[in-house]
Parts: sequence; C-alpha cells; structure tokens
Amino acid sequence: MKSSNFDPVSQDVFAKQLKIAVLFVLVIFSILILRLWFLQIVNGSAYRDRSENNRIRLQSMAPFRGVIRDRSGKILVDNRPSYDLYVVPEEIHHMDALLNRLAVLGNLEMAPVRERLTRAAGGYPFKPVCLKKDISREELAMLETRRFDLPGVMIKVRPQRHYFYGDLAAHVLGYLGEISEKQLQSGKFPNLKSGDLIGKTGIEWRWQESLNGGRGGEQVEVDAAGRRIKVISERPPISGADVSLTINRELQMLAEKALNGKHGAVVAMDPRNGQVLALASSPSYDPNLFITGFDENTWKNMVSSSDYPLHNRALTGQYPPGSVFKIVVALAGLQEGVITPGETFYCNGQYSLGRGKYRCWKRWGHGKVDLNRALVESCDIYFYNLGMRLGVDRIAHYAHQLGLGQKTGLNLGLERGGLIPTAEWKQKRWGVPWQGGETVSTAIGQSFVLVTPLQVATFVSAVFNGGHVYRPQVTQWVRKSGGESIFEFAPQLIRDVKIKPEYLELVKKALSGAVNNPHGTGTKAKLVDITVAGKTGTAQVVNLKKEKDAKAKGEVPWKYRDHAWFVAVAPADDPRITVAILIEHGGHGGSAAAPIAKTLIEAYLRVPVD
Amino acid sequence: MLDRRLIQNFDWVLLLVLLLLAGVSILNLYSATYAIRDVGGSQIFMKQFYWFLIGFGVFLVMITFNYYYLERLAYPAYFFTVALLIIVLLVGKATSGSQRWLSLGPVVFQPSELAKISMVLILAKFFSDRDGSEEYRLRDLWLPFILILAPCGLILKEPDLGTALFLGMASFTTILIVKVNRKSLSIFLGCCLLAAPVIWFGMKDYQQRRILTFLQPEMDPLGAGYHINQSKIAIGSGQFWGKGYLQGTQTRLHFLPEQHTDFAFSVLAEEWGLVGATGLLLLYLFLILWGLNIAKGSKDRFGAILAVGIVAIVFWQVVINVGMVTGLLPVVGIPLLLFSYGGSSLITTMAAMGLLMNISMRRFMFQ
Repeated sequence: MKSSNFDPVSQDVFAKQLKIAVLFVLVIFSILILRLWFLQIVNGSAYRDRSENNRIRLQSMAPFRGVIRDRSGKILVDNRPSYDLYVVPEEIHHMDALLNRLAVLGNLEMAPVRERLTRAAGGYPFKPVCLKKDISREELAMLETRRFDLPGVMIKVRPQRHYFYGDLAAHVLGYLGEISEKQLQSGKFPNLKSGDLIGKTGIEWRWQESLNGGRGGEQVEVDAAGRRIKVISERPPISGADVSLTINRELQMLAEKALNGKHGAVVAMDPRNGQVLALASSPSYDPNLFITGFDENTWKNMVSSSDYPLHNRALTGQYPPGSVFKIVVALAGLQEGVITPGETFYCNGQYSLGRGKYRCWKRWGHGKVDLNRALVESCDIYFYNLGMRLGVDRIAHYAHQLGLGQKTGLNLGLERGGLIPTAEWKQKRWGVPWQGGETVSTAIGQSFVLVTPLQVATFVSAVFNGGHVYRPQVTQWVRKSGGESIFEFAPQLIRDVKIKPEYLELVKKALSGAVNNPHGTGTKAKLVDITVAGKTGTAQVVNLKKEKDAKAKGEVPWKYRDHAWFVAVAPADDPRITVAILIEHGGHGGSAAAPIAKTLIEAYLRVPVD
Repeated sequence: MLDRRLIQNFDWVLLLVLLLLAGVSILNLYSATYAIRDVGGSQIFMKQFYWFLIGFGVFLVMITFNYYYLERLAYPAYFFTVALLIIVLLVGKATSGSQRWLSLGPVVFQPSELAKISMVLILAKFFSDRDGSEEYRLRDLWLPFILILAPCGLILKEPDLGTALFLGMASFTTILIVKVNRKSLSIFLGCCLLAAPVIWFGMKDYQQRRILTFLQPEMDPLGAGYHINQSKIAIGSGQFWGKGYLQGTQTRLHFLPEQHTDFAFSVLAEEWGLVGATGLLLLYLFLILWGLNIAKGSKDRFGAILAVGIVAIVFWQVVINVGMVTGLLPVVGIPLLLFSYGGSSLITTMAAMGLLMNISMRRFMFQ
C-alpha cells in the first residue's frame, strides 16, 4: 500500500497518544460515576423523599395585557380578575364525594366532569384540570369557605380582558381569540403558548406585541392538598404596554347611538392631522363575548347573517360615493381649466348623450347653473357636462390625488381600497372599451366608482386643510408601564394635492352654501353659531327602472333603497372636525345622514375639548 | 468482499456491545413512554425498535466494502454535507424555532447528523495524507481548522448550539490525539483565553444573558433550571438499586422533560439505580476503549484516525448528555447515542459503528 500505511516511528507516536487518551477517558468516566454516587448514594435518600412527595409545580403567570384608553385617558379596555376552578386529579381522595360537593357548590354537571378527570388522571395526573372558568362571586365564596373539605380543588385567578362599554368602538378595539397553530409555529410570538389569546383585529391586533407583555412564572412547592407552601423561584410577568387612542369616547358614543338600528358607518376625523376622533360601524358586536364564549346562536348570527357585524364598514365597506364625488369632479374641472367658476350650463332636468338620456335628480331642472350653485344644489346636469369635458381619466387622476381608490393605511386589520375606474382599467378588467355614458355617471359618483367612508373623510379633510392628504391614525401613543414610549402620534402626510388654493377655496365656499343656503341639499346639518360645510350623496343601489317598478308596487324594499351619504366639515373657516356618514339603504343623504353630522359636530365643538 | 478470512476476523465483541445497548435502550424507552402508551407512547417504542433493525442493516452494509475506498470519498462527502447544511438554512423545516430538518418527500433528516461522519472522514483523510512522525504545528493546522469551523458555524446558525459544540469538541480531540506540538497548543489555548473577554464584551445584552442562563440553569427557573432540578431528583431518588422497572415516579408523573429523548438516561437511573446507571456507563466505557484498541491495531493511518474520530464522537456525546442530566454541564439538547429515541441519530451512529467494525475486521489483512 501507499504511504498511509504506518511506518514504525509514527505508529509508535500514535500508540503513546492513545495511551494518554485512554487515561483521559478513564478520568472523565470516573467523574461521571462519582457524580452518580454523589446523587444516588450520598444524597439519595433526600432525593428519594423529594421524589415521593414531589410537589414542585411549575406555574405560569400570565402578564397583564395593556390598558386601552380614549384620547383623554378614559379607560375603554382593561382586565378584571376571573376566578377559575381547577382540580388536580392526583390529589383527589374520594372522587364521588368531591364530585357531589362540586355539583352543589359550583353548579357543575357530574358526568362530563368525571369523564374529564378520569381521562386526565391517566395522562398527567399532577396537572390541574380546569373545570369551570370565571365562576361567580357566590360560587367563589362557597368554594373558598369549604376548601378544607375539597382536597385537590384549587382556584386560580387570571386577568381577563374586559371591554368596559361592551360594543363601544368594537371595530376600533378589535377582539381577542386563541392563537392559531399557524401563528404559533411562525415563531413570531415567542411570548405566547398554545391556548393563549391574541389580538385578531383592530387595536388589539395592531399593537398585539406591545399590549401583550411577557409571560412570567414560578416554581412553587405545594402541600398534599395542593396549597402553596413556598415559592422556590419566580420570574415576574412583564405587564403589557398601554395604548391611548385618538378616539373621543363621548363622540364615539354619540356616533354609535346615531347608527343604532341602522346599517352604516361614521368616521369623524381631525382634518388638521388625520387623527380619527370616532369610527363606528353598525351593526356591531360585543368583544367581551369572544372571551367569555358565545352561545351557538349568537355565533352563527355573527358569522353568517347578512348583517355582518364583524365587518368594519368604515374600512371595508365599499359604496358608490354618489354626489359626494362631485367635489372631486369640480376640483378637477377647475384645476384642468375646462371650466371657469362663472361659466354656466343650462339644466332642464335631462341630458342626452347618443341615444342615452340622463336625468337630474330635480325633474324640472335647475335652469342656469354655475359651479357654486351646482355644488350647493347638487345639480347632476352640470356635472354630466363637466364630466364629459374632463373625460374619465382626468377625473380618476384627481380622485387618486385626493386618496380615493387606494387604502388609507389606517392599521386596524382588513381595509379595502375601493375603486376609481379608468379607461385602461375597464379594458383590462372587462375587455371592452370605456363608454361615454359611463363617464357621465362616473361624474356623479356612480358607474364603477367605489369608496369607503374612511376614504371620504380623508379626502374631504384634505380639501379643507389646504390640500394635505393625511393618513388617518387612531393611536395617540403606546407606552410601557414604566413610561418608556413605544409610539407617539405624529401626522403622516401621504401627499399634497396639486390644486390651486383659490380653487379649493371656491369649493369650500360652495360646500358651506350646501348647508347654509336655503336651497342647499344639506340644510339639515345647519347650526346657528357654527358654520358647517358639507355635501350630500345618494348612491343608487339598483338601477332606476327597478326602483321605479318597486315604487309602483308600493313601498321600495329596504335592500333596493339608496345609500345615504353625508360628509361635513366644521367650522368651515377653521376646520377642526370632518365627519363622514354612510347609512346603507338610508335613502337621501340630506335627510338620513345630515342630521347625524349635525349632532356630532355640535357635541364636539360646543363642549370645550382637549 | 467478505471472504473467509474476514468472517474469521469478525469482531463479535463489538457486535455484542451494540446489541446490549440496543436492548437496554428499547427496554428503557418502553418504560419512559409507558405512562403515555395510550396516547402514542407505544408507537415511540415500536418505532425505535424498527429504527434499530434498519440501523443494523446499515451497519451490515458498512462492513461489505474495504473502508480504504472511503478515502477517495472524503472530500466529496464533506462538500456535499456543507451544501446540505446551507440548504437546510435556506429551505429547512423549522421546529420550535430552529431549522434542522430537511425533507425529501416522506423522509426528513438532519444534515447535522451526516456532518458527524463527514467530519471524521475528512480529518482522517487530511492527517493520513501527511507524515505522522512529526508533531503538528499551528501553521500546519489552518486547513483542518477551517474544515471544522465551516460546518460547525452552519450548525450553530440553525441554531443548534449543542451539536455544533459537540462536533467541534470531537474534531478537536481527534486532532489532539494525532498529536499537536505542545508549544503550538499552548499558543492556541492562550489565544482562545484572550479572545474570550473580547467576544464577551462585544456581545449584545440579550446574548450575554442567554449564555449566562446556559451556564447557570438556575437563572431560568421556568425552563432549564426546572428540568435539571427534576432530572436530579429522578436520578438521585433511584439510590443504589433503583425503584424498579416501570416504577419510576418521576417518569410516570411526567416531571421529567423529554424523557424519551434527551433525558432517557435519567429514566434508567431512577428505575435501575446506581447499579443500572453505572452499568450503562461501563458499557459505553468498554465501547470506547474497544474502539481505541481497534484504532491502535489498524493497519494504516487512515483507518486508525477514522476509528479515533468515531470514538471521539461516542465519547463526547455520552459525556455531554450524562453530564447534562446529572447537572454537571449546561443544558444543551444532545441525546444519548444508541440510547435516546430518534431515528436520524441512530442511523448515523450505526453507520459509524459499521465503519468501526470494518476497520476492526480488516486489521490483520495485508494486501
């Protein structure tokens, strides 16, 4: 063989090395065996005692989830103690006696409990089994006074999420649910274990990591009845960070009251920085139910009924904007120079394009209409003409500039972007070219146009604040319990729209007229001492013919009725609040939605606010 | 191939030791999973039985060819392993936060297991190519250091600190046995000592904390500290004769963590006492000494170093695992080879044992 065969010298060296290795191995193994001797013989009987009464329990301590407050510090969500009834199977002396007592004291059914305990005893008998969560105060008192007759029973206190006002601001706050297997395996939630609750949507979802805090735990020694004797070592849990919202609790309550019994959404916003003051969606739900559990009917109703209470209509409801969209078209027309403010169109109640006929909502027409009057009285004919001059793509350009047709980026879970059609979009989506008639209906916010209430509030705020499109935000700050800041609010500018300030002023004046001029469509939002500016919108749900047929038969069915829009800003000369309201199938914006805006603006501006 | 002379030289002692270990392991696994036999426990112990059967198959395959041919395969096998280790970092399957597993259709395996054999092969190849009559100095050793550090670094990145550490130690021991110049060794150790504080203060706060808990499990009373405490109670309470088979209360009541994998030794020590635990250790000791004897008797340098490398792997795995469960060493998730549950590790170990047998059988053959 070749050189790898040993030559005598190297074999000699190698043999010597191996001798050292053998020595080393013997020494190390002696240490291991000595260690066994030390554990098993020297300390053996002590360890035997400890193993026979091994009563060291590892108890996990859940952290307190952070508190959520409104903008002035009023608590919206906190934690309350929940008393849970546990039994340690290993420590039960007489199963029957215990079950009998528990049946009386804790209102428990015996058969299923017996089955669970028997099953648990076969697997991990030292592990406490939860028999009932959140027992009542009376049950707690009864059980505590009889603790000594109930070996194996233990009561654990656990902080339970508590939504102070039930369904108030439910869509902003969101709800908790058990962490999913997929989330656990993603490794993104090192602080959570199976069965833990995690924010599924809303603020609870957005700030999950900060709100959650860190799990703690302790090794405790317990006596034969499972009572704690001493804590051997512990690591305290770290409380979650607190979150303060920009929401104004009173305004939120009013908004929800106004929506009560209706389907729709309200968004109130500070136009100067994008802070959301109120965000309501109706119908709503009580997030507490996700903690305490639903009965089957409630749950079915929540997920399968056409009411969709879990949907946040302010962010995910997409509706045609109707006449509210005229604000966009007016600004586009002015900036593009296709009209002058003084130029008039004649409205005789009807507009013809090819073979199509398009009506104004006012059957007999408005007569001669300039831009101001067109917005004040919401003349459709004026905008048909203006829309045709602009063409769909230029309208779309300004709609995009103002933030429509795209997500606003309010981080509360699912959000939809709506839709602003262009000729190219239609060609791509439907494979047919854009029709002139579609431009006509786009100009009054129909055809394919879809927006969310949040987008409307955002874009109208921009019109009134000098053209700054701010990202809506709902978090004022997030701070750790020690005061260390995680997040502080700062306005986020999405873009400045390229529209001359004088054009914005013209439109603002007209919108103020829509509320304050006796011929205006939004007079129901008028206040005596505060100048409100606003725009109504009535969005058709079905085509006119269907509506007419239905009307001929009597009452129009609810689901065929128009959606009612109203968007308002006040005070018009120094804007401090924007309100966008949508009532599904509410009929006319001026009658169904404008009064709500009035209530909210009045409440917000009359009381001295922070 | 296997001719008559080979069969005459068959190392029955080695086979007997392996069969004994396999038997004790399966017996012990049956007890470790007894309490959960209705919820999948009995499958664990049967599975391990099948793994042993497959393992002995691999063992037999490994003795059919002359180990000398492996010399040529050393470098390709090494680079193949490194490639797999890189792939596992990119597309591996993550379990509880670390990416160790690679799945090929229905089969999943750990490339770090393969690394054990490749490392031994590459070291044997490297040193058998060089003259063995002189001591090695640092300047001769830069290549093997890189060859060791690359896979260890990749495994550390998974992260699997235990395996990386143990592979590094086994390789380092192999080099030491091959003989390193004493001055070079002191310089090397000196550098390590000097580098330690530099690395320590260069670490982030949380990294320091992690190392501290690693060294002192009591600092983490809810994790490692608790496990070690329970393991010590289990072992200690076994006393001299043990509590008897299937009678371990620590095991029965699930106070022991990972009792069929990393803490399988504690189960044995609880039920069979000092007698059983020492018996098992002596069995391992015998296997190690027998392996060193095979190395000594090997007809060539490649075989000798290969045998030493395999023995180093056995030695460190036993020492680290037993040291860990008895509370002498920090907690790293290293299973006890041939004893803990786990197919991937068992197959590689049996393959390595096959190589050892191969060397043993061909020691008297001169071509």
